[in-house]
Amino acid sequence: MTTQRLIPCSDAVKRLWEYLDDAISPEEQESIEKHLAFCRTCCGELEFAKELRAFLASGSAETFPPIVRERLERFVDDL
Amino acid sequence: MSDQVVQDRTKEAFKLLTLPELAGLYSLARRLDEGGAEDLVQETLLRAYRSFGTLKTDAAVGPWLKRILVNVFRDVLRKRARAIEEVSVEEMDDFSLYRTIAIEDPLPYSDTLHHDFLSAFAREDVHAVLMRIQDIYRAPLVLHYMEGWSTKEIARLIDVPLGTVLARLHRARKRFEGEMWAYARDAGLLTREEAP
Repeated sequence: MTTQRLIPCSDAVKRLWEYLDDAISPEEQESIEKHLAFCRTCCGELEFAKELRAFLASGSAETFPPIVRERLERFVDDL
Repeated sequence: MSDQVVQDRTKEAFKLLTLPELAGLYSLARRLDEGGAEDLVQETLLRAYRSFGTLKTDAAVGPWLKRILVNVFRDVLRKRARAIEEVSVEEMDDFSLYRTIAIEDPLPYSDTLHHDFLSAFAREDVHAVLMRIQDIYRAPLVLHYMEGWSTKEIARLIDVPLGTVLARLHRARKRFEGEMWAYARDAGLLTREEAP
C-alpha cells in the first residue's frame, strides 16, 4: 500500500476525464479517489464530467441535404 | 479447403454496400471538417473503391469507410500543418465549466442547475460548439467520445504519437467546456429559461 499526500482540487479536476477514461496510472487513480473521498465539490465535478461525456456521446445534429446525397450517389455511379 | 467466403467486389457490390453508409460518413466528415465535408467523402469513396478488394467482410464496411475517411482527413490536416498553432495547456487548464456554472448561476430558478444548463443545448448547438474548436483538437474529441474509437487507434490512423493524441484530447476537453459556456452566452441559451 502506498501513502500519498492529498492532491489539491486543481490537480484532481485536471485529471477527471482521464480518470473516467481509465487513462491514468493506478497511482494517479488512487490519488484522485483519495481526494474524492473527502471533497464534495470535486465529487460534483466528477458527476458533471460523467454527464458531459454522455451529452457529447449522444451526438450533434448533422444535416445531410438531399442535394449532397444526390451528388455523392452520382459520384459513386461515375466511379 | 478454406472456409473463407468469396466476397463480391464488383462495382455493383460497392454501390450496394456504400450508399447506405453515406449519411454516417457525411455526418462524421461534417464534424471533422465542416467546410470540406463533401470533398472528404468523395475522396474517401474514391480511395475505398480503389482498395475495395481489401475489405474483408461486407459487415465491416461502415468502420472501414470511416477509417479511410479519417486517413483522408489526416492528409488534409498535414496540408494545413503550417497554419496549426498548438494551444498551451496552461491557457485553458484552470477553466472548470462545473464551477463556472455554479458561480455564475445562469439559471437562478433551477434546482438542477448543471443538468438544466446541458438541457438548454439542442443538437444543432452541439454542432456549433464543436465547430468553435480548432480541428486538430476537435478530431480526437469527435473520434474518441462520439465515435467511440480508442486513443491508440486514433494515433495510428492520424499517424501521430499516442502522447500527442492524449495531449490534444486533454486540451480539446478543456476547450469544449470553455466553448460550451461561451456559446451558451453568445447564443442566448441561458436567457430562454428565465422566469418572465
